Amino acid sequence: MTNRASFFRRLLSNRSFTIGAALVGLVLLLALLAGYIAPFDPLKGNFRARMMAPNPQHWMGTDQFGRDILSRVLHGARISLQIGFMVALITAASGVLIGATSGYFRRLDGPIMRLMDAFMAFPSIILAIAISSVLGASVVNVVIALSIAATPHTARIVRASVMVVREMEFVEAARALGAGHTRILLRHILANAMAPLMVRMTYVFAVAILNEAVLSFIGVGPPPPAPTFGAIIANGRDFIVAAPWITVAPGLAILLSVLGLNLLGDGLRDVLDPRMSVNTR
Amino acid sequence: MVRFIIRRLLASIPVLLLVSMITFGLLWLVPGDPASIFLDASATAEALDRVRRELGLDRPFLVRMGEWYLRLLQGDLGTSLLLNRSVTEAILERLPITLSLTAMAFVLAVLLGVAAGVLAAMRHGRAADQGLMSLALLGLSLPEFWLGLVLIWLVAVLVPIFPAGDYVAFAKDPWQWARHLALPTFSLACIQMGFVARMTRSSMLEVLSQDFIRTARAKGLPEPYVVLRHGLVNAMVPIVTVMGIMVGALLGGAVVTEQVFSIPGLGRLIIGAVLSRDFPVIQGGLLFLALIYLTVNLVVDLLYAVIDPRVRLG
Repeated sequence: MTNRASFFRRLLSNRSFTIGAALVGLVLLLALLAGYIAPFDPLKGNFRARMMAPNPQHWMGTDQFGRDILSRVLHGARISLQIGFMVALITAASGVLIGATSGYFRRLDGPIMRLMDAFMAFPSIILAIAISSVLGASVVNVVIALSIAATPHTARIVRASVMVVREMEFVEAARALGAGHTRILLRHILANAMAPLMVRMTYVFAVAILNEAVLSFIGVGPPPPAPTFGAIIANGRDFIVAAPWITVAPGLAILLSVLGLNLLGDGLRDVLDPRMSVNTR
Repeated sequence: MVRFIIRRLLASIPVLLLVSMITFGLLWLVPGDPASIFLDASATAEALDRVRRELGLDRPFLVRMGEWYLRLLQGDLGTSLLLNRSVTEAILERLPITLSLTAMAFVLAVLLGVAAGVLAAMRHGRAADQGLMSLALLGLSLPEFWLGLVLIWLVAVLVPIFPAGDYVAFAKDPWQWARHLALPTFSLACIQMGFVARMTRSSMLEVLSQDFIRTARAKGLPEPYVVLRHGLVNAMVPIVTVMGIMVGALLGGAVVTEQVFSIPGLGRLIIGAVLSRDFPVIQGGLLFLALIYLTVNLVVDLLYAVIDPRVRLG
């Protein structure tokens, strides 16, 4: 218990973590409350308010249909964060399954890792674009595509820490006490491989938000009229000189979310895994 | 060294096989009939039949796979459904553009990233360090395609020195070529620059705290010499190992950047194919990108073995 308390104390005194947590908390709150705080309907146009620059009524201006950009960005945050969160969860699950199997059972290690190498040979964003286009554009398929693209690296990280923990004496002790593979893996090895996994999950979350924006921008994301970050930017692209606010606002929202998650990940890494720390102070 | 090269080449065979199988299997992921997804609902039965024949869907799976591999060994990736020409030709025609964009972004990211990382490490804990590292974090949190759009806007409005988009071949006019690629290169390089700066800094800090650096200083060597010759050379080792991964990320980013700046490279070919469900081009493009990545990693591994003898003997 004291261990846990000191862990939280160290987290809270880490500047990266606190700033990151505050940013992510803010973005999450805004996204969750989008339905209540968005001043306008994100999908409904208004012919009298087309292409308006930011003003007291429309804080982030309006697009060519007179849709309120702030409302679209708020609702977009909800979709993008949901996708990012799902991708982080699914990637963690598949990464643990594949990485732990590969790291624990030596015979399976070679074949599984060659397969992961093969998946990593494709630039992950291109793999995601191809899978999403082949499966057809939908929120679920975007989550599947991004998870497949992020899994191999995660599996490698889990495998590496499993291989280290596997050789430790307490694992041997557990085996001597008659614990089976499943119990050893779940109770002893994975519990000790959680730290790098949690750090990885925050980065996967961040990259998923970036990549979902790319998918939507290209046109293989969630189908319109869903106001995802990437879709709003893609729409603003044609008016980049006449109405830059359409493009700038959602981009800043992405930047804020990703920056927050990256800071959170940096802080977690500093506290959970001091050897990996960039800070040698 | 020869033995190491042979071993490394042999090790890449199973990965190559798996890569080609994944690429081939992509068509199998298509829900329903790929031919009717490529054509629209109004397509005639003859047209559907023709596309099915072109994709080989009228033949059994194993026969199709065998044919695919036979053609692959001859460098034939099939025929584009949309452009009605050889996929290999279409890719080779556009590849140099994408490769030059990727290469320039790589050089820019490494040069500026390493410089920023070294500077930050030398000013450890001071304002310059914090400023540079905040900038690096900002760089790697930016969506690169969005940065491209913002640059286009800024340049179009404020400083119209660089053209925003389009492409001029190097052979035609090298000066115009460089001008047209300047903005795409910068927006593509930003993320990797951030990564390199952070890695260089932490690697430098680790190296600079070691005994041989103190010895070098005690010998009275000038500080820049200690930092660069003794520090940086050793600090570069972990950066060299991730260079292959960097090239992969840059290739992926280049595909998207080309879309933003209307550069007629491999990326626009692939994304055009993605949007029109031109499956042979999607598969061919994926395979090519993976091949480039694997080749670069092979080179990096060999380089690494040259730098560090433990690798080739281990």
